[in-house]
Amino acid sequence: MKTSQPHPLERLAGKVQPRNRQFWDHAFRWMCVAVASISILFLIVLLISILYQGVSSLNWNFLVHYPEPNPTNAGIGPALWGTIWVCIVCGVFALPIGVATAVFLEEFQPRSKWLRRCHSFIQLNITNLAGVPSVVYGILGLTLFVSMAGQFGTAKEPYMSFGVKYYDQFLSAGERALLVPIEDPSMPATVVVPGMKALNNDGDWVEVNVVKSRRDMPRDDAGREYALVEGRSSGRIQKPSWYFFRLPFGRSVLAGAFTLMLVILPIVIISSQEAIRGVPRSLREAGLGLAATKWQVVRNVTLPAAIPGIMTGSILAMSRAIGEAAPILILAGAIFITSSPSSLMDDFTVMPLQIFDWASRPQHGFHQVAAAGIILLLGILFIFNSVAVLIRQFAHTKSS
Amino acid sequence: MNELETTMVSKPTTFIPPGDERDSNEKTIVIEMDEFSAWYGDFQALHHLKLAVPEKRVTSFIGPSGCGKSTLLKWINRMNDIVPTAHAKGTLRLPDIDILARSTDVVALRRRIGMVFQKPNPFPKSIYDNVAFGPRIHYAGLSRNDLDDLVEWALKKSALWEEVKDRLNQSALGLSGGQQQRLCIARAIAIGPEILLMDEPCSALDPASTDKIEDLIYEIRKQYTIVIVTHNMQQAARCSDRTVFFFEGKIVEEGPTRSLFTNPKSKQTEDYVTGKFG
Amino acid sequence: MATLIESTPDVERKRNFRFRSLTATYVKELGVKSLLGACAALSVLTTLAIVVVLFTEASRFFQADDVYCDAAVVEDGVSHKCGSFVATSTRDSAGTQVACSTCGKLHTMPAEVTLVGFLTGSKWQPLIGRESEKKFGVWALITGTLLVSVIAMCLALPLGLITAIYLSEYANAHVRATIKPTLEVLAGIPTVVYGFFALTVITPTLKTFHDGFNTFNAMAGGIAVGILCLPIVSSLVEDALQAVPRSLREGAYGMGATKFEVSTKVVVPAALSGIISAFLLAVSRAVGETMIVALCVGSRPQMSLDPRDDMQTMTGWMVQMVLGDVSNYDVEYLSMYAVAALLFLMTLALTFAGNLVRRRFREEYQ
Repeated sequence: MKTSQPHPLERLAGKVQPRNRQFWDHAFRWMCVAVASISILFLIVLLISILYQGVSSLNWNFLVHYPEPNPTNAGIGPALWGTIWVCIVCGVFALPIGVATAVFLEEFQPRSKWLRRCHSFIQLNITNLAGVPSVVYGILGLTLFVSMAGQFGTAKEPYMSFGVKYYDQFLSAGERALLVPIEDPSMPATVVVPGMKALNNDGDWVEVNVVKSRRDMPRDDAGREYALVEGRSSGRIQKPSWYFFRLPFGRSVLAGAFTLMLVILPIVIISSQEAIRGVPRSLREAGLGLAATKWQVVRNVTLPAAIPGIMTGSILAMSRAIGEAAPILILAGAIFITSSPSSLMDDFTVMPLQIFDWASRPQHGFHQVAAAGIILLLGILFIFNSVAVLIRQFAHTKSS
Repeated sequence: MNELETTMVSKPTTFIPPGDERDSNEKTIVIEMDEFSAWYGDFQALHHLKLAVPEKRVTSFIGPSGCGKSTLLKWINRMNDIVPTAHAKGTLRLPDIDILARSTDVVALRRRIGMVFQKPNPFPKSIYDNVAFGPRIHYAGLSRNDLDDLVEWALKKSALWEEVKDRLNQSALGLSGGQQQRLCIARAIAIGPEILLMDEPCSALDPASTDKIEDLIYEIRKQYTIVIVTHNMQQAARCSDRTVFFFEGKIVEEGPTRSLFTNPKSKQTEDYVTGKFG
Repeated sequence: MATLIESTPDVERKRNFRFRSLTATYVKELGVKSLLGACAALSVLTTLAIVVVLFTEASRFFQADDVYCDAAVVEDGVSHKCGSFVATSTRDSAGTQVACSTCGKLHTMPAEVTLVGFLTGSKWQPLIGRESEKKFGVWALITGTLLVSVIAMCLALPLGLITAIYLSEYANAHVRATIKPTLEVLAGIPTVVYGFFALTVITPTLKTFHDGFNTFNAMAGGIAVGILCLPIVSSLVEDALQAVPRSLREGAYGMGATKFEVSTKVVVPAALSGIISAFLLAVSRAVGETMIVALCVGSRPQMSLDPRDDMQTMTGWMVQMVLGDVSNYDVEYLSMYAVAALLFLMTLALTFAGNLVRRRFREEYQ
C-alpha cells in the first residue's frame, strides 16, 4: 500500500543538525566582521605610522623650501608647484576630451552596422586602456612627448622653439656674468675674441676687457669687472618667457601633463559615461520629441543633468593624477629640481616623485620628510575627495 | 477616401458636445499609411497596416499591451530612430512628406509632429524654461517679450497658466503629476506643431488629473490633429472622434468611435471593448 | 514658418518669428559630432601609439646585437661612414674583437640578444661588466613580478571576497557606511604611499617575526600590493554579488537555508564568473604596479621563490633604467622597451579576459 509507506526522509529524522548549521552561520558572520575590519585596521595603521613619522617635519619651511641635501632643511616647494602646474594643464586637456568622448559614445550611437562596430571597438579599446599599467604610459610619454622619437632634435637643440632667448654666458674675473645673445641654438659656443661686447647683469651692452692670458689680468677691481681671457669658451643658457614652447617637449611640464592626461583619460571617460547613462531616457525622448537635434538635447538636457556625476568622476580622476608617480618617474628620471616651473617647457618634479626620491634614500631623516610630504599629499587628496562627496550628496538631495 | 464620417462623441458629464464648427466636409487626411510594417530586429511588431488619420480630429489607438500601437506612434515622428534595431517598410506619409524616406529631415518632421509621453517628463529646469525650450531652439529673432507671450499662450492653452503663473521660475519637478503632464503638452504645442502624438498620456496619473487632461484634449482638438494611444476604453470613447483597434500588430477594426464601441463589426473588437480580454 | 502661423492663431501674426535655418543647425551638428568623434578617436590613437612605440623600440633591442661598422672612410675626398654589416653577436663571440670586412676596423661584439633567449632565459644580468657575461633572460624578472603578485593575491582575494560577501549579504546600512568609505579611501591612496608604508612599517614588522627578511624583500611588496588590490577586488566582487537576482536568494531562503548557506552555496557560485573577472583585473593591476616594488622589493633579478629575498620585478627594472646613468642607445636601455612590451601584453591579456568574463556575466543576469 503506497499510502502507508513512510516518507523517505523520515528515516533521516534526528540526523538533521540545525544547531550545527546555526553555529556555522554565526561563525561565518563573525569572520566576515573580522575580515571587513581588517581594511579599517590597515588604514588606521597606515595613517598613524605616517603621521608619527612625518608630523615633526611638517612646517612652513617644508612647504616653501627646495629639496636641500640636508633633510632638516629640505622642503617640497618645487614639487608642490610642479604638481599644481602639471595637474592643471592635465585637467585642462583631459576633462574636455574625456567628457566629449563619453558624450560621443553614449549619445551619438550610429545606426549603421559598420559604424556600430567602430563604436564598440572604441568602447572596448577604452576599457582595455584603463587596464594598461601607468608605467607603460610613462614609457609612451618618454618616447612620444619627451624625445618625440628623436624626430625633432633634442630638448637642448630643439627643432623648433619660440618664447625663449639663448645666451652664451661667461664669468668675468670680477665674478660678473656676461651674456652674448645667440640667434640660433645650434650654433657652436661663442669664444672670447678681442673687441667683443656683451650684456651685463643690468641688460646693458658693455665692452669686454679681453686679455691675452691669465697673467695679464688687471689687478684692480674696476679692470677685472669685465675682464675675460681670450679664447675662453662659454656655457649656453636659456631664458624662457612664460609662453616658451619647443618641439620636442623635453622633460617638461607639458610632456608630464600630456602623459598624465593619457593615464586619466579612460577614468574620465568611463565615469562620465556612467553619469550620462544615469540620465533618464525619458528626458532625451522629450528633447527629441520637441524636434531638438542630438547635440541640442545633449547640451540643454543630458549634460546639465549629468554634470554632478561627471564632476565627481573628474575630481576622482584628478586625484589619481595628483598621486600618480610611475609615469612621471619614467619620463623625468632622477632629476634634482630646485625651482618651481615658470613655463610649460620647464623641468619639473611632482610631489609623489619627490616623496619617492626621499623614501628611496637610506637616511632616516629623509624618511621623515618623505612622511611629511605624504601627509601633505594625502591632505590635498582628502580635500579633493571631500569635494567629490559633497557634490554627490548635493546632487542626491536636489534630485530627490 | 473611404467612409470618414464625423461622429459626435458626447462626454457624459463635463464635456459640452462639439459645436457645428466640425464641418463634415473638412476631412482632409494628414497621416496616411499603406502596407506599413515595422520590426524590432527580427521581431515584426506591425503587419501591413493601412490607415488614414483625418485632420483636426482625435484618433485613438486602442488594444492590449504589446499590440504595436505605441510602436506605430513612435514611427509617426521617427522616435524609433534612437532604437538601433528598429526598421520599417511600406508607406507612411504626411500630405507632403514621406516620413520613412531616408532623406526626410527628422528635425523638420518632429517640428510638425509633437509628442507627449506616457510618463510626464519635464526637464529639470524651471517651468518657464521647459516651455521656452522648443521656441528657443527653433525660432530666430525671438525677443524676451515674444518668448514671454508664447509661454503664456502655451500655458493658457494647456490650462495650466492659472496654476503656475506666480511660479514660472520654480523647478518643473515641483509640480504634481497631472500638472507636469499638462506642462509637457504646453511644451509640445509651444513650437506650433500640426499633429500631437500622445502615448498613453494619462496612464501615470490619478483620476482627477486624467479628467483635466481629457478636457484639455477636447479643447485643443480644434487646432491640432491628435493621435492618442490609450489603454483606457472610456478615455477613447470620451475624447476621440475615431478609434483604431489593434491586435497583435494588425489593425482589426477602425472607424468612428461611437460605431466602433456600440456596433463593432469584429468579434475580437467586441470582446475587447466589452472587457472580455485585454 | 507657415506652420506656426496657422496653428497658433492667437499670438502669431503680429510677430515676425521665423524658424532657424535647419542648414545652419545641421552644419553645427555635424561639426560638433566630428569634434566629439575626433576626441573618441584619440583613445584609439593612444593604443596605436603604445603598440607602435613599444614594439618598434623593442625590435631595436632584438637587433642590438647586429654590429654595423661606424668607421669614417674617405672615398674620393668625401668622408662618410663605412656602415657595412660586421657580424651578429653570438654567445661565443660576445666580448671578442671582430674586424670589419670592408675597412678592417676592430669591433667589440656586444652581448647576444635574441628573442628566444629573452623569452626563455632565466638570468637577467645586463649590467655586469664583460660583454660575454651579459644576459637578458626575462624570466628572472617575471619570477619577481609573479611572486609579488601571488603574495598580493593571497592577501587580497580572500579578504576582498569575504569583505564583499559581508557588504553584499550581511552588513546593515550603518556598517556599510563605515566600510565602504574606508575601502574607497584605501583605493585612493597613491601607490608611492603604500611603497613607503611597506618600506618603513611592513618590513620592520616582518623582521621582528623572522630574522631572515632582507631590508628589501618580496613579502613586504606583496603585502602592500595586496592592500592596494583589496578594494579593487571587494568592489568588483560586490558588484557581481549584487547582480545575482533576488529570486535566487529567496528560493534558497524559502527552503530554510541559513544566510551562510545562501551566501556560500547559492550566491557565490552564481556570481563565480564575476568573481573570476575581479580576480583577473586585480592580478593585472598587481602585475603593473610600479612604485611599491621600486621602493621595497629591491633590484636583484633572480629566479627565487623565497619571499624573504630581494628581487626585481619587470616594472622595477624599468625604474632602475630611467634612474640609472645609461645612454639611450645602449642595449640595456632598449631592454626596458622589450620588458615594457611584454608587460603590456600580459596586462592586456588579463584585462581583456577579465572584461570579457565580466560582460558575459552581466549579460547572464539581464
